[in-house]
This record gives sequence, structure tokens and C-alpha cells, in this order.
Amino acid sequence: MTDHGARTGRGTARTGTPGSGTLAKERPLRAPEARRADALHPGAWWVWALGLGTAASRTSNPLLLALLIVVAGYVVAARRSDAPWARSYGAFFKLGLLVIAIRLGFTVFLGSAIPGTHTLFTLPEVPLPDWAKGVQIGGRVTAEGLTFAFYDGLRLATLLICVGAANALANPARLLKSLPGALYEAGVAVVVAMTFAPQLIADVQRLRAARRLRGRPDRGLHGLVQVGLPVLEGALERSVALAAAMDARGYGRTAAVPARVRRITAVLTLGGLLGVCAGSYGLLAAQGAGFGLPVLGAGLAAALAGLRLGGRRSVRTRYRPDRWGVRAWLVAGSGVAVAGLMIWAASADPAALAPGVVPLVAPELPLWPALAVLIGLLPAVVAPVPVRGGPAPGDPADRTAAPAAPAASKTKKTKELP
Amino acid sequence: MIRFENVTVTYEGADAPSVAGVDLTVPEGELVLLVGPSGVGKSTLLGTVSGLVPHFTGGTLRGRVTVAGRDTRTHKPRELADVVGTVGQDPLSHFVTDTVEDELAYGMESLGLAPDVMRRRVEETLDLLGLAELRDRPIATLSGGQQQRVAIGSVLTPHPKVLVLDEPTSALDPAAAEEVLAVLQRLVHDLGTTVLMAEHRLERVVQYADQVVLLPAPGAAPVVGAPAEVMAVSPVYPPVVGLGRLADWSPLPLTVRDARRRAAGLRERLADAPAPGSGRVAPPAPLPQRRPRARRFTLRGLVRTPAARAQAPASEAAGEDGPVAVAAALSVRRGRVEALRRVELTVEPGETIALMGRNGAGKSTLLSAFVGMLEPSSGSVRSGGAVPHRTEPRELIRRVGLVPQEPRDLLYADTVAGECAAADQDAGAEPGRCRALVSELIPGIADGIHPRDLSEGQRLALALAVVLTARPPLLLLDEPTRGLDYAAKARLVTVLRGLAAEGHAIVLATHDVELAAELAHRVVILAEGEVVADGPTADVVVSSPAFAPQIAKVLAPLRWLTLGQVRTALAGAR
Repeated sequence: MTDHGARTGRGTARTGTPGSGTLAKERPLRAPEARRADALHPGAWWVWALGLGTAASRTSNPLLLALLIVVAGYVVAARRSDAPWARSYGAFFKLGLLVIAIRLGFTVFLGSAIPGTHTLFTLPEVPLPDWAKGVQIGGRVTAEGLTFAFYDGLRLATLLICVGAANALANPARLLKSLPGALYEAGVAVVVAMTFAPQLIADVQRLRAARRLRGRPDRGLHGLVQVGLPVLEGALERSVALAAAMDARGYGRTAAVPARVRRITAVLTLGGLLGVCAGSYGLLAAQGAGFGLPVLGAGLAAALAGLRLGGRRSVRTRYRPDRWGVRAWLVAGSGVAVAGLMIWAASADPAALAPGVVPLVAPELPLWPALAVLIGLLPAVVAPVPVRGGPAPGDPADRTAAPAAPAASKTKKTKELP
Repeated sequence: MIRFENVTVTYEGADAPSVAGVDLTVPEGELVLLVGPSGVGKSTLLGTVSGLVPHFTGGTLRGRVTVAGRDTRTHKPRELADVVGTVGQDPLSHFVTDTVEDELAYGMESLGLAPDVMRRRVEETLDLLGLAELRDRPIATLSGGQQQRVAIGSVLTPHPKVLVLDEPTSALDPAAAEEVLAVLQRLVHDLGTTVLMAEHRLERVVQYADQVVLLPAPGAAPVVGAPAEVMAVSPVYPPVVGLGRLADWSPLPLTVRDARRRAAGLRERLADAPAPGSGRVAPPAPLPQRRPRARRFTLRGLVRTPAARAQAPASEAAGEDGPVAVAAALSVRRGRVEALRRVELTVEPGETIALMGRNGAGKSTLLSAFVGMLEPSSGSVRSGGAVPHRTEPRELIRRVGLVPQEPRDLLYADTVAGECAAADQDAGAEPGRCRALVSELIPGIADGIHPRDLSEGQRLALALAVVLTARPPLLLLDEPTRGLDYAAKARLVTVLRGLAAEGHAIVLATHDVELAAELAHRVVILAEGEVVADGPTADVVVSSPAFAPQIAKVLAPLRWLTLGQVRTALAGAR
């Protein structure tokens, strides 16, 4: 009986409620499983990823960029769940490779503005009239040009991969749930669209397969075109059914808002947006930077106030909103730290972060910026572990080790007792 | 709780009202079942309760519907959301969010309940519906029964006084249907929820009803009464009621238990009656004798062959004598799931096989493998002598035809005539063959009508005709009775028996135990991708609690399966 009690105690410790059970005392900092209550705020993942992205935009050092990709990839591998959106990481990675390929392709065929001396090969050049001076098709391809293009493409690819990491780690539906009340309905539209896309693809696959049953080829473009109409019809019917269901479940219920508040909301939102426009213009125009900043600030404040007031019209409440806890601060903070340190490094030591291509030199890995990038690995330790369908990696060992340890301590105790 | 006062609903463009002159009161805390043939306006009547008719669908509603004192004319569906919960036939088109817990909370969020109330009710509902284990699961990964329970749970959390359900169990396997019905009963008994439900599968639900409302024909006034009374006059009734009517029991039994207690005398009479076969129920259709699974009994094979030849369909592919389809150690993977594991199945000409098993057991996968939509990961599959996934579709349709779960997937044209012309062309048949089949299967379909506007039964018949145009010796049907009423089902049974008598081999994947009992010579039960039972229908079905038809349950240990068999036996004994 006592043994059983000890085991259940251990069980709760394993799922991560701190403070209960001995295991929690032994490893108080162990990341909990990402059940709903412990799940990380999706915004934290986005801050982290955008931080890494900002860092990437500050450097063209391929070693640092590669390090950023590795950091993002490692965190994704350690903390991504089995959910469908988690698979998007691979797609973003491929997109990154494509970007590099396109950037290199442009350099090869359209030439490069980088003056270089190491000619790799020469393509036949298309003679262009005088007025098209500066445009070049074909011609000399230099190692310097290609290297520059590669650095440039890699930087963009890294940015994309960081965004992909956020996509894979943060539940998009939950992120939309964190939107302010006035934007809620737009958020629902996006969530519904996101669940519809996979259904649409499944429909297309099903109907294409069904063509086989009619004795028509189930592959090829023609088949795709012919199922288009039935698929759209099906999607339309489903959306009507969903709209009916949502209506019957109270979607779009509004609270009575006094006319005065409604008018103020409209004025604030509209005025705020105008202010933002005017302020941005002022900032960008040659003269007028003086009034630009304050107008922009005032406009933003008015627009936010309008949104807040607008939220009053909606009667909705939120079920278990994600909490921004210590772990969220740590994850978001690690991203901000990487970005901040990289920006500082870029101004302190610009040469190390942007290795020269003319003359061509091998890039070096600057020690301190590299260490700064490694801070981005923090989420792989502090973020909650996603619950996978099967046992999580590393779990089986714990599972077998955990009951053994208390059993041993128990027997010791019982021996001491008499 | 719900009052209909002289309600008439006319949709725009329709010349006759869909529902006319309904005067009805549903008292609080009752489970009221709405029955009737397809197309009598059951869904329309249900829609008026939630206000979706006419606010969402259009049309005009005359008369008055009040729910808990609220008039649906002045209250939009969203304003009735706290008193009426509506669940439709397809739970997937009901879900707004992606996980179970969020879905349960969604309705309450819309109503603006306080967070602590929401949290409490979600936990209560998770327990009430047995969903606690699934709380974090994405809805798309749940089984059909679980999804339907989540859908019910999602409308229960705002604590509605009325629950409106449109065919909640028709897409479910018997066990999942039990699961859902048990939940409904608990709601009615423990929480006093008023439930108004329409359902075709009366054998599943009629015993739970406090009152039955029968809509006998479109526009006809409803008949309201206790279930046993209404069943005595209803054009639609479950087999157990049919047995009661046949034996003149009064009051009519609604449950297998009631019927069993009365059936002692009947069992005695039937025990003397010429038993169906030697301890084996005769095949329901006039048919060449059942073939042994393995063809080692050469003597029987020799005796049978000429007859079978004579009855072979006029198709080139079936000219060769032998099984129409064979799956040998067939395994199929779908993603990471082993959908079929070493399945052995042989289909002989003229044989009707029912594939049964719970949702996700691999029934549809097996059918797909027979038409080459999926490739085996190991083992082999042959249909009509060809390897299906390596055969050109054009060639394959002469060997095997599949009517998918949603017959509409097969139909592309915008008129029946166009569809038939395309089918003739696809099959290389002489023009008019498909149209002739359509007229034969279901008379009275106009040429110019859009396939979408057909009723479920008519659409199924059209898809069946399209498939049969190529004269495949092997016909596969996936869930053919989904959404069909008893009349359409009876027509389907006649058609399929006729096809089997012509020598077509038929394989049905179905949850409908009554259909299997009517049609199948052999039942194959799949579980987790493996064949767990394979034998003559009576042998497999009589002993199974989930797959036994009602008549078999009443008359066990006698091996009668269908009302038709009992009727003939009794007529013969007289």
C-alpha cells in the first residue's frame, strides 16, 4: 500500500508538478511535459524565432548563419510535437535551399555588381543596347560574385528557417486565441481556413482516386482539373454546414454597447490609423522627422485604444488562455538576447560579422558572437517537453529507473523501522 | 419545453410545403424520436427548433415554434444557443477548433461564461461523456464514435435545456452507436435534458424513446404517441417490431429483451418448421450452393461447375472459372499505420460477402486494395485475374467496380443523362446501357436532373448503375446503407440479390447488421487490420453480441436471421 502511494507520488512528479515527490527535489529544473496547463505561450516561440531572425539579418558570416540554423534546428528537434503544423519545418528548410539556389542562379546568369578577379567560367554574353547599361546577361562569373550571392542567400534562408521553426513549435490556433477581442473574429476565420486546407487536399486526393473507379486515369493534370469543381462544391457545402453549426453555437453574439462608445471606438480607430500613416510619412520624408515620431506614437496609441474599446462589443470569454510564465520569459528572453548581442557585435566589430569577399578571404568564426548565438539553445532545455503519441525520447529510461529508486529507498526504510 | 403551433415550412422555389400543419408539444425531460421515410421533412422540423430554419436556410415558416418560452421568430440561432444544442449527422462539419478540450469550451466562450465556470463544466463534461483520456487529442485523430461524443459534449457544456440530434448514429458502427446512445440516455435520466432526435436506424434507438413522432408522408400531419402504438402503424419499423407484428403480439415489443420473453411459443413453432438448411440458414437469394473457401473438394467443385458457368456474368473477365478476387497474406500500410495485416480472402463468383468490424478496422482499405487505389506493402491481391494497382483503370473497371462510401465521388456530370453518357463512354459500352440500368434500378429519374438533387437512395442507384455499366463480375460497396431509409434499403437488397443471382460476386463493407443478415452468404469480421472471423453468416453472426441482427437475438439459439425467413417458414408451417 505504501509502496503504491510512493509510486503515484512519483507519477505526479514525473509529469512535472514541482514540489511534490522526491524526483522533483532531485531535479527541480527539469522541463515539464507540455500539457495544456504547462504549455509554453506561442508568442514566446515567435519572439525567440524572430530574435534569431534579427540576429541573422545582422550578419553575413556563413559560419554564424550556419550556427543559427543549427541552433534553430536543434530546438525544433528537441521540442516539436507530433501535430500537423510541426511538419512545416521541413517545408521551410527546403524553401531556404531554394532561395539560395535562386540567388546563385541570378548571379550566374545576370552577373554580379561585385568586382572580382577570380574568374571561374565565362558564359556567352548577350549584347545589349547602350540604354540598358548596367544590365548584363551572361558573361564572366567570378568566385567573389558567387560567394557574395551565397552569403546573401544564406542570410535570407536562415531568416526563413527561423520563421519555420516558430511555425513548427507554436500552435497557430493558440496564437490566434491570444489576439485582442476585437480581432477575434478575424482569428476564427484564419483558424477555420487552416483546418479547411488539409480537408481540401484530402478531398482532392479522394476524388482523384475515385476517377480510377470510372476507368479514367487517376494521375495527370487533366484529372486534377476535372475534380476541381466537385471539390469546390464539397468545400462550399462544408463551409455552409460549419457556418450553420457556428451560428447555432452562439458565434457572433454581441453585447449591447452604448452608441457613444461605438462612436468613440470608430473615431479612435480611424484617427489612429490616419495618425500612423501621417507619422510614417513624416519619418520617411526628408523634412518632418520632428513631427513624425510623436504623431506615429499618438496614432498607435489611439488605434490600440480603439481596438480595446471595440473588444467590449464582443461578449466572449477565454477558456484557459495561455499564461506567460517564467519559462516563456526565458524562451523569449533568449531570443531577444541573441538579437541584442548580435546587433551590438555588429556595431562593435563589423568586420567579423561581414567577412570580405573582395579580396576573397576565408570567413572566421568570431568567438563572442558565436557564444551569443548559442544562448538561443536555451529553449531546448527550459521549454516544456511535448507529449508524443508514444513514450517521449529519453522517457523509457526514466520510467524504468524511477520506480527502481524509490523501491530501494523504501526497503531501506522498512529495514530501519523495526 | 418545445411547442410547435400549426407549423408550416415552405422553402423558396418549392411548390409544396416541406412540413405542414405540425402541432406538437415536447414535454421537458423526454426523449422524443422523430421517424419517417426520407424526404418527409424530419431535418426541417429539427431545424426549426434551433432557429436555423428559416433564419439560416431561408424559406418561410408559418405558425410558431417556441423553445423554453422563446419564440424562434424573434430569436436568431445564436440567441438560442444557450437553450438549444444542435448536433448534425456529420460531426466533422460541426467542429470549429482543433482539440477536444477547446471544442468543448467553444460554445461557452461564445456565450461569455466566466472562466472558472467554463473550466468546471469542461471537466464535468469530459467525465460525463468518457472523454477525459482524449482531452488533449486533435479532433481529426479521433474515431467516429469519439467525434460524435465530442460533438454532443460541445453543445452540452452551455447546459442547454434541449438537445436536437439529426441522425447521430447513422455513420457509426454498432459499438460506437451504443456508446453515443448510452450517453444520451444518461443525459435524459440524470440531467433531465429534453432530447429531440431523428434517426433512420430505428433498431438502435426506438427502445430509448419516451414518445415517437411519425411523419408518414411529406406534408402529412404527424402521428404522436407511445413508441409501441406508433410502431404498430408506422411504415418504417425495426425488425423486432416486424416480428411482433408478424406474430400478433400486443403490445408490440420494442426491445430484444421484450421480444425474447414473448418468443417462447414462436421458437417452438419455428423449431418444428423446416429448419433452414441442415443446421444452416439457407442463402437468402436463390443461388448456386455456397462454395467452399478453399477449392480442395474437387468432387463438389465438379458438381457445381456447370451451374456456375451457366450463371457467370456476360463478361469476358469472368470467363475463367475460379475465384473472382483473392487476397493472399495482404498487408497494406497507410502512413505509419499497418491498416491490413496478412489478410486472406477469396471471393467466388455469385457469392455475397459482408465485411464488418468497427470504424477503422480496415474494411475500406481492403476494398481500396481490390480496386488498386492502394498498393500492398506485402502479399498479393488479384481481382478478376488482374493485379489491380498495375492495371490500367480503363481495363480494371471491366473486372471490378467499387461504389464508394460517398456515391457522389463518382459523379462528375451535371445531369443524369450526361453522367450515363460518360459512363457508357468510359466503359466502351454501347450508348444507352447505363441509362437502361438506371431505369431498371430505380424507375422514374428524369434525364435532366442534377445528381446533387437526387435523394441518397437515388444517388446510390445512379452510382451503382455507372459502375455496373462496365459489367464487372466483382462488385464492391462501401457502406451502401448510410443515410438510406428502410424503403430504399429494401430496394437495394432486391437489386443486390438480383445481381448475385446473375453471378456477380458482391463484397459489402457495412455496419448494418440487418443488411448483412439479409444479403450475405459469408461474413468476414476485421479487427485492427486482421481477419478475426470468416464463415457463413449464421455461424459468425448468431453468437456475436455486436453483429447479431435483432431476429437472431430474439430467436437464438435457433439460427434465423431475417424477418423474411421467419415469414416464409411460418407460411410453410401453416
